[in-house]
Amino acid sequence: MLAVEGLSKRFGGFLAVNQVSFEVRAGEILGLIGPNGSGKSTTFNLIAGNLRPSSGSIRLEGAEIGGLPAHMICHRGIGRTFQIPRPFRKLSLVENVTLSAYYGEAGRFSRAEAEHRAREVLELVGLPCDPQATTLGLGASALKKLELARALATKPKLLLADESLGGLDRAEMERAADLLGDIRKRLGITIIWVEHIMGVLMRVVDRVIVLDHGEKIFEGEPAHAAIDARVTEVYLGKSHGERAQPV
Amino acid sequence: MSGSRLVAAIVLLAVLSAIPAILPPYFLHLVIQILIWSFIYTAWALMGRFGFVSFGHGAFLGVGAYVPALLWNFYGLTPWLGIPLSIIAAVLLAAVVGYPCFRRRVVGHYFALVTLALSQVVLLSLVAARDVTGGSLGFTQKAVGHSWYALQFPEKGYFYAIAVLLWLAGLAIWRWIDRGIGREALEAISEDEDAAASIGIDVMRAKMRVTIISAGLTALGGAIYGQYVMYLNPETVAGIAVSLQIVFAAIAGGVYSLLGPSVGALLTLSLTEGLRVWFGTNFIGAANTIYGILLVLCIIFMPQGIVGALQRVTLPRRAPAKANATETPQSVTRRPSSAAQ
Ligand SMILES: Nc1ncnc2c1ncn2[C@@H]1O[C@H](COP(=O)(O)OP(=O)(O)O)[C@@H](O)[C@H]1O
Ligand SMILES: [Mg+2]
Repeated sequence: MLAVEGLSKRFGGFLAVNQVSFEVRAGEILGLIGPNGSGKSTTFNLIAGNLRPSSGSIRLEGAEIGGLPAHMICHRGIGRTFQIPRPFRKLSLVENVTLSAYYGEAGRFSRAEAEHRAREVLELVGLPCDPQATTLGLGASALKKLELARALATKPKLLLADESLGGLDRAEMERAADLLGDIRKRLGITIIWVEHIMGVLMRVVDRVIVLDHGEKIFEGEPAHAAIDARVTEVYLGKSHGERAQPV
Repeated sequence: MSGSRLVAAIVLLAVLSAIPAILPPYFLHLVIQILIWSFIYTAWALMGRFGFVSFGHGAFLGVGAYVPALLWNFYGLTPWLGIPLSIIAAVLLAAVVGYPCFRRRVVGHYFALVTLALSQVVLLSLVAARDVTGGSLGFTQKAVGHSWYALQFPEKGYFYAIAVLLWLAGLAIWRWIDRGIGREALEAISEDEDAAASIGIDVMRAKMRVTIISAGLTALGGAIYGQYVMYLNPETVAGIAVSLQIVFAAIAGGVYSLLGPSVGALLTLSLTEGLRVWFGTNFIGAANTIYGILLVLCIIFMPQGIVGALQRVTLPRRAPAKANATETPQSVTRRPSSAAQ
């Protein structure tokens, strides 16, 4: 459903994403992994329209979307979360998600309908939906869920999930991974899931792409990634204990 | 509930209609000014409340005041057409300056600086075109006595009625924007434009819309002010000084509440007048100094403005509740239990 071809992004003289090409198939969960700074979030920013590609093309169901502004890409059916949660602190939890449900569909539904949908989504991800709840004091896990709820409320066909596990403890990671799998099953959404560690992700994804220094170095089944020479080199080369264990 | 509202509305109406009959002309003049400036400050607060702090409203005010006056004097064009034209001109000006600012993400201090420059450009243009505008000596509309066509009424009661309607219209517009989902969208934009765009909000359009409404209304306020005082001076209706006056008064009164900017107008204008009368011509500058000090104290100790501070005291549950609601237990990390089954 999504075809990325020769995608590059240059910041000054620095190539953050270098000629990356891949396809995403309808209904799959595609893992996008790579060490910190390998260009995963930048790739998301390019697809979601938060950044303009330096070159390359991004097609969603055949239509070119590269360089469109972010709100239009959202309306075309791509939802995203941010690696570092960016809740609207001045708004309540319900308002945060209602806004998404309303503007995600370009105002085609009334506010009341949007709020109704927001509550459903909050429930789905496991957040409180009483109107008093604010975003202040939410823990890492709840903030990640809010990111997810806001993205899902826009009714995406394709969800870009950026490090949904960051800052979570082991049990929370397992639950978050299950939640993504569950969302795919129940809502029929295609997902690209970014993570800098392999860990839990490998259990849920159908395929995986590995980035290093902005380049794609591997694409294939998770089981093969774990034994691929370049992938293990990238991860082992980092010589950090946790990252050295691919699965 | 709606009964007590009705009573309040009737009382307000009765008071408002009694004022011109009771007040001596000097005070009526003051009240008219307060109402017109309340409208202007409210127009500024429409965008100011979202952190889009414009120091350019003096420009819109100047355009609003000068365009109908010039068209009247030189072409005999009725202000009924001149005022809409001035609003269009101000809106175009706002669009021409706003668009590149919003496109290039000019926010915060930089936005303040760009808009400050805009004020000064309009002021300098008015001064430079002195053959037409009278420059810094000011400009007086051709007076024709009582005339609906010329929108001139030597009798103050008429402008009092116009000012009341204008003020109420300003409050209605503030309310309309405050109640719509667009307000939440603007709050979101003011916090994080990327995140707002990612959930489908057209950031550019939302900012342009509120800027244009704010600029257009400010021009309308300037036009009515000009028609009322029948004398325009670049320093009093355009430029940095009046832009600052707008910003300070609106913030001092409170930009987050419906009546904040009006209270700002009431206090600053009464204070200016009071100090002027009190000090007379002794101690030139003392009045301005005291005025400045009071404003600064006000802004430091009541960052939500006077009305915001009052609401905090009298309605501890309402307005500021959003900021404080954190302590309520259900709001926070209820550990998300079993969404994943
Ligand atoms: N807006 C930006 N300006 C300049 N450099 C950036 C910007 N965004 C990211 N980078 C750089 O691009 C590289 C890739 O970053 P990123 O995509 O965030 O990596 P990842 O998400 O894989 O950890 C990093 O070296 C980062 O410093
Ligand atoms: Mg990242």
